[in-house]
Amino acid sequence: MSVYRPTDAREVVDIVAAAAAERRSLEICAGGSKRALGRPVRADAALDVSGIAGVVNYEAAELVLTARPSTPLAEIETALRGQGQRLAFEPPQWLDLLGGGGTPTLGGVLACNLSGPRRVRAGAARDFILGFSAVSGRGELFKAGGKVVKNVTGFDLSKLMVGSFGTLAVLTEVTLKVMPRPETECTILLQGFGAAKALDVMARALNSPHEVVCAAHLPEFSALRSCVAAQGAVTALRLEGPAPSVAFRAGAIEQMFGGGARLETESSARFWEEVGEVRALLPQGSQLVWRLCTTPSLSADVVESIREKLAGAEAYFDWGGGLVWLSVDAAEAGADAGAAVVRGAINGCGHATLVVAPEVLRDTVEVFQPSEPALAALEARVKGNFDPVKLFNPGRMRKAM
Amino acid sequence: MLRMPEPDRAVLGRRAEIVAALRKIVPGEGVIDSERERRAYECDGLTAYRQTPMVVALPETTAQVAAVLRYCKENGVKVVPRGAGTSLSGGALPLEDGVLLGLGKFKRILDIDVQNRCVVAQPGVANLAISHAVQGFGLYYAPDPSSQIACSIGGNVAENSGGVHCLKYGLTTNNVIGVEFVTIEGEVIRLGGKFFDAGGYDLLGVLVGSEGLLGVVTEVTVRVLPTPPGARALLIGFASVRGAGDCVASVIGSGIIPGGMEIMDKLAIEAAEAFVHAGYPLDAEALLIVELDGCGAEVDHLVACVEKIAADHGATYCRASRSEEERLLFWAGRKAAFPAVGRISPDYLCMDGTIPRREIGAVLERMKQLEAKYSLRVANVFHAGDGNLHPLILFDANNPGELERAEEFGHDILRLCVEVGGVPTGEHGVGVEKRDLMDAMFDEVDLAQQQRLKCAFDEVSLLNPGKVFPQLCRCAELGRVHVRGGALRFPDLPRF
Repeated sequence: MSVYRPTDAREVVDIVAAAAAERRSLEICAGGSKRALGRPVRADAALDVSGIAGVVNYEAAELVLTARPSTPLAEIETALRGQGQRLAFEPPQWLDLLGGGGTPTLGGVLACNLSGPRRVRAGAARDFILGFSAVSGRGELFKAGGKVVKNVTGFDLSKLMVGSFGTLAVLTEVTLKVMPRPETECTILLQGFGAAKALDVMARALNSPHEVVCAAHLPEFSALRSCVAAQGAVTALRLEGPAPSVAFRAGAIEQMFGGGARLETESSARFWEEVGEVRALLPQGSQLVWRLCTTPSLSADVVESIREKLAGAEAYFDWGGGLVWLSVDAAEAGADAGAAVVRGAINGCGHATLVVAPEVLRDTVEVFQPSEPALAALEARVKGNFDPVKLFNPGRMRKAM
Repeated sequence: MLRMPEPDRAVLGRRAEIVAALRKIVPGEGVIDSERERRAYECDGLTAYRQTPMVVALPETTAQVAAVLRYCKENGVKVVPRGAGTSLSGGALPLEDGVLLGLGKFKRILDIDVQNRCVVAQPGVANLAISHAVQGFGLYYAPDPSSQIACSIGGNVAENSGGVHCLKYGLTTNNVIGVEFVTIEGEVIRLGGKFFDAGGYDLLGVLVGSEGLLGVVTEVTVRVLPTPPGARALLIGFASVRGAGDCVASVIGSGIIPGGMEIMDKLAIEAAEAFVHAGYPLDAEALLIVELDGCGAEVDHLVACVEKIAADHGATYCRASRSEEERLLFWAGRKAAFPAVGRISPDYLCMDGTIPRREIGAVLERMKQLEAKYSLRVANVFHAGDGNLHPLILFDANNPGELERAEEFGHDILRLCVEVGGVPTGEHGVGVEKRDLMDAMFDEVDLAQQQRLKCAFDEVSLLNPGKVFPQLCRCAELGRVHVRGGALRFPDLPRF
């Protein structure tokens, strides 16, 4: 298979235009760390955009960073840390989760809309993109959005790019809103709650004025595997901010729930990294992993109803219950990877993605939540207007797209 | 002068038939036919442009909205959706040959879900009514455009409205998690809901801020946040706007994101102080208002930090609020800035560009030069945290040619915003007002790609045509695939 390695946007235009003229489809890749996420792509050639990398402009006081998409995430984070800033949506890397190695890049994070535990309060990757340049399937270099933090000029195509898994256009530059890194953080650990009770506790904490930025619940087996190695379930609430504020709010949270153990700065950060990176907290071996976004208050019932049919399923809860990481035994789940059971349990109140599964399953099972017919038709028209001859990552999100 | 698409004489000729058909869909007083009553809808918040609509339909159910749109699609009739009609960019300006589709009867809050921190509302519910509905639970809806008493949540979705607090808490797009909308085909589609993120393409993300060009929103799910336990504001005076701008950069550079951060220039300070007597320092060239919110320990800590930064930047005046009454008084002047300017000038135009903050000083100096060129004055208030300027151009419409001069002045300001790396609209929307400036920021390839998105939703351009884009979409042409080494050329389409 031929591999194209453009070094600038102009070369991407030439390659895409030639590929369009010859109807040769392209798999877009860079660091390769998310290749196993989504449906397998069968393309005529590879478009390795690793060369489209580097920070273009970063002005801390403007809260704006412009970079080319294949810039390694680590490089972005180092640059931000140097100015006391960060990506507020806390992008996870999922290296252990997906296996296969590779180097996470900014473009990959955006293409997959990856957000970590802080998403419940701070927003997702899609909330922090301000603008971009990209090459469409027509071989045209276009831009949308802007390079300032507040802008409503024209359609917000940036949101559409995030989470489109490279099926609409090849990004050549992105601009993000960045935020200050708080002075300190801590985590309050509450122990011994069942899932239903934990959802209630997390909702009360998130509804309180104490600015809880993350809320997760690890049932017994996950809690034991985590760095806190707790005996019994753990419900964790994270606080960030100036030291006097965090101290006051931590006290207030402990008072609300009658005590709790504290994880201070580094151990707090380490705990939440584990929650975001997923793998260590779930059973190992021949397991499939689903990622469920559901109405937070329903998630314990959703998991319960899945476990009635798939007894080997294990789950933990992030985003106050709005995110469920679910592992199911591959043999028990059968040919559809448990899709019917999982999506049946969600029953319209959210969506589920099959994140970890062998390629053959990701090829046959709907990895992403199927859309209702009218919406599916609209999605297909949107795809057609960016990439009319289906050049980019064919099949990555939907079989026919 | 603003040009709208040529009215379709054939549609106008069928007016009686169209009214009769709409009456079959929307019963009783929901179809407004008489010229006198239709005139009530002739403009929105941008009053310089007026057009009586062909007919007004005020449906009450999603099914009626769907039936109206389906009828319009089948009969080639244009539709202009309208919420509360407070748009400052003419987003709801009617068309002579179009149906004005008002969502004002969609007034109910359908669900208050405290456990999941969200509210499901019909699009005609006022922005502030959402906060009122959840305040008993210690929650509120964060985006707060200054028209929030009147503006509707459906209109906020269309315009992606901002407000004073959006640097910290986001725009509408960051706080809407689901919608039900109706396509021009009359199909009802739900995007998102009481859960995070999209299962497929983030179409909710493009629907928000699409200015009524993609669909008609009939239900909105917003997330609500815990009300900060307290807030204090600081008034900080400076001998120059540049000094105030540098102070803002240092505040953010030090890691503080204030709940709100506003700058007013001397003319705005004087007008506001004369109007509400907020105690603003009249000798300052620029006044910075900084609001810090959170728990008491945090607010007091941050107030001290900001006071120190202000002193380091040579502030000529610095006062922190000591009570809630005083905090509200500090804001009263800023919030009344527009009507206050209205007292010193018969008319004004409100502009809405965003610039990189480092350019504030330079942009204001260029604006001074433009004041001389156009012989018109400008009062400046702006959201300093995010560089969103609201220059108010003072003029008197009774003087022949002065409106046109003010508009040309405004266009120069917005071109200047783009020139320094900013954008022509930060929160008011493009509408008709900034439509013909789109090409200052986007080239024809960029605009064609945006218009292709429009084509995916509305291929015959019946939804709010004449807004946002300087040329009507030609979907057949845009949809054609012809690749010539990446150098596609578009014929020079005539401007309408």
